Amino acid sequence: MDIPDIAITLLKVVITVNVVLLHVAYAVWCERKVIGHMQARLGPMVVGPHGLLQPIADFVKLFFKEDVIPTNADKPVFFIAPVIGVIAALSSLAVIPLWENFSIANLNIGILYILALSSVGAYGIILAGWASNSKYAFLGGLRSSAQVISYEIAMGLSLVGVMMLAGSANLSDIVNAQAKYPFILVQPIAFFVFLMSVIAETNRPPFDLPEAEAELVAGYFSEYSGMRFGLFFMAEYAAMFVMSAMVVVCFLGGWNGPEFWIFSHVPKIVWFLLKVYGLMFLYFWLRATLPRYRYDQLMGIGWKIFIPLALANIVITGIIKLL
Amino acid sequence: MVLDNTILLGIRLISPELILICTGLFLLLLDILIKRKETVAFAGLIGIFLSIWVNLKLSSLGLSGNVFSGMFVFDRYGSFFKLIFYITAILTILISLRYLTIQKGGIGEYYALILFATAGMMFMASASDLIVLYLGLELMALSTYILTGILRGQIRSNEAAIKYFLLGAFSSAILLYGISLTYGLTGTTNINEIASSLQALNLLKSPMLFLGLIFFIVAFGFKIALVPFHMWAPDVYEGAPTSITAFMSVGPKAAGFAVFGRVFFEAFGSLHLEWSGILITLSILTMAIGSILAIQQTNLKRMLAYSSISHAGYAILGIISATPEGVSGMMNYLLIYTFMNIGAFAVLIMLNSEGVRGEELSDYEGLAKTHPLASFIMLIFMFSLTGIPPTAGFMAKFYLFMAAIKAGYMPIVIVAVIFSVVSAFFYLRVVMYMYMKEPKGEVALSTSGSLNLALIITAAVTLLIGIFPSVFLEIAKASVGGL
Amino acid sequence: MLPQIFFAYFAVVITVLSILVITRKNPVHSVIWMLVLFVHIAALYIFLNAEFLAAIQIIVYAGAILVLFLFVIMLLNLKKEEQERKFHGYWPLGVLAGTFFIVFFILILSKISVFPKLGPYSIQAIQSEGSIMTIGKVLYTDYILPFEIASIVLLVAIIGAVVLAKKRIE
Repeated sequence: MDIPDIAITLLKVVITVNVVLLHVAYAVWCERKVIGHMQARLGPMVVGPHGLLQPIADFVKLFFKEDVIPTNADKPVFFIAPVIGVIAALSSLAVIPLWENFSIANLNIGILYILALSSVGAYGIILAGWASNSKYAFLGGLRSSAQVISYEIAMGLSLVGVMMLAGSANLSDIVNAQAKYPFILVQPIAFFVFLMSVIAETNRPPFDLPEAEAELVAGYFSEYSGMRFGLFFMAEYAAMFVMSAMVVVCFLGGWNGPEFWIFSHVPKIVWFLLKVYGLMFLYFWLRATLPRYRYDQLMGIGWKIFIPLALANIVITGIIKLL
Repeated sequence: MVLDNTILLGIRLISPELILICTGLFLLLLDILIKRKETVAFAGLIGIFLSIWVNLKLSSLGLSGNVFSGMFVFDRYGSFFKLIFYITAILTILISLRYLTIQKGGIGEYYALILFATAGMMFMASASDLIVLYLGLELMALSTYILTGILRGQIRSNEAAIKYFLLGAFSSAILLYGISLTYGLTGTTNINEIASSLQALNLLKSPMLFLGLIFFIVAFGFKIALVPFHMWAPDVYEGAPTSITAFMSVGPKAAGFAVFGRVFFEAFGSLHLEWSGILITLSILTMAIGSILAIQQTNLKRMLAYSSISHAGYAILGIISATPEGVSGMMNYLLIYTFMNIGAFAVLIMLNSEGVRGEELSDYEGLAKTHPLASFIMLIFMFSLTGIPPTAGFMAKFYLFMAAIKAGYMPIVIVAVIFSVVSAFFYLRVVMYMYMKEPKGEVALSTSGSLNLALIITAAVTLLIGIFPSVFLEIAKASVGGL
Repeated sequence: MLPQIFFAYFAVVITVLSILVITRKNPVHSVIWMLVLFVHIAALYIFLNAEFLAAIQIIVYAGAILVLFLFVIMLLNLKKEEQERKFHGYWPLGVLAGTFFIVFFILILSKISVFPKLGPYSIQAIQSEGSIMTIGKVLYTDYILPFEIASIVLLVAIIGAVVLAKKRIE
């Protein structure tokens, strides 16, 4: 790799990370607006027109807030925990093909890379819970570790069907394999299992047990404040973005869009982002409408329904592929 | 999908193992449906007999050879050891039934795990690739760890399982290290190819290979409890359920000898001088420590543990001598040892009722007066373990020692004979307690049909082989040819 | 030159991390160092063109096994553990044995001149097919027997966990 290559890659990294961070900031605003309207409220209205500047105000507030550290906290671990989460989520972006031939690193093991990083991301939550030295945070951390391990299995297994159909674990190849039709049509079970697992993996409602506010105050980040709290927020929304992108890439045809009339002139990235926005909206929608699961129910459906379903899907896909 | 002939042949040749594993899986399901554990055990026995039948059928068809890319070999050497494993499994199931009811450990997984362990041992005996060997060993070891700790309510069972697991994991790690060193030097894990590669690459003098060899000796020595690696044996044998102690002291040990022979003769045969030196030292240490420490034991299970250590010391003579007679002598020894040792444990189980009764030496005081038949059977086993004619134990030792003398290992045989005499002290002490002391109180025997059957089989074989010694030996001699 | 530097960095860091793992007083810190250690080992796999193994290393070891470690450690009372000594009296013996092995290996490795012939899976062969496909093909043809035995080994492990941990019988 010579100098120009490295420069181009760096440029790609900067662009992608910035775009995604901007998306993260406005995803928060968007969520508040969507949920607000669903509950017949207006949501943020004060800062800027329709509260459009709210994320910036929030950022400034978080940045200048005092960074409170609990007395008995394990300081080094307390400091690095949120960073692990953010790094894991942002590094996952490296392999996502945002449009044709554009991904920072076109890895042959793209899917496995994402799975690996999402499992590393769980450390942020677990360690945060432990290092805070608070029972609520600790319980949140424990719940999260159990939940993440369990749902990672279902997540990985549901992607096996996709890999079998595409014959590759490279995300660009997977999108190219969906040029004719998206895999959601042939892998509906896997799509369902993956979508649900993704929601559990990102600790979003209705599977947000690690931060169930009614029981655990705020769960694993109860003791965090200021910018470190902001990092957790960032990690969560970045992970949502990455996982939505994964759903789009693996099941909804990635950057491919309809190829007729005026649609064929629309830039590919627009299709990609539209699908991602749709999924993000689904996240908000679920949060606004569904009550939270009980913990044993959550683990129950993970192990007793999703994993067997994903396994069955592999068998069925294999048989159909053989025939 | 095309199944070509080599794959079909492979599946045919591993079908005995496959049957055992499938039976094991079937037992897991059966256990949910059926409350009576005897039925589960019976189904397990049927599976074993089916597997034996298939194995015999394959042998009679004269099928043999390397299958699965040279990873699995079906030969008479392996088949003889498989015979030992089958007998071990059958006898263990027979002596377990009543014991588990008394100890409240009767769960169906027990029998499934015995079958899995047996399948693991069979893979070990047939492995012609170090990877299959390792996996077979792990399958066997993992199953025995669980079986050791299966009496969850008893602290000593838990302790035994933990100790066995931790030390076993270390020995597995050492084995893997040995395998990786050998692989790094020769570029192959296939046992036959290692031998040819050693010659071709002129590695016989490599110190690295020597280190790998030592790692193999340590790892296998752990499985057969050679002396510096025997620390786990007494505690584990004492803490494990008695039926599993019987199983462990015979099956995994024989499997250890099987791989010892396979790896050291086939892969490292040209290094005989180097490894036999190490093994002679270990063998003498094993006989000495096993016999001397057994004298102090008052717990019969512990005593039998040390006795099984010293028996490994004798049996390793067959590996050291590395002649066909020596190896067949060792195989014959192991087969006879299977019967007499499981028989001795069966008597222990018969005396066992609620708690740990029947394990202390004092429980045997005056047993001859109250239960003459039981004491007589115990007498047979103790005589046989000592090696007193006309029992099978004598013949086993006789042939083994003769073979070792023929191979030119006279001094070590003399040592072995001396320690056999020492061992008479603790074996005959049990007999002395039974016949020359007054009974302390009423001892109730917990007999059952299956236990009696096991006792009859083991006692009869021990006596008959003592009188007609050549039966097993001929089979063993015929089996060595394949190696 | 670059590969050597790369390897030297990882070798040194892995050694240092291993020592950190066993010397930390707080078990959670040990686990964190172990996490870093696993990531470095994964990097070594990538260095060997085995990117599939690298991903599996992270997913299985860091993502599953180590999380379970953390889970168990967090449920223990660490206060007592932290005060106890990490090493018992035999550690000089261990250091001695370790040093012996290092010296031994360095002496021998420098002398080895004949190497076994390379197998069919050269770096080019792996890159042309991709490491997942290569591993998959080998596992399901030449290594099918070990692969299947391994599945039984795992099944036995599961049975063991269930048998030893389930609620009291009856």
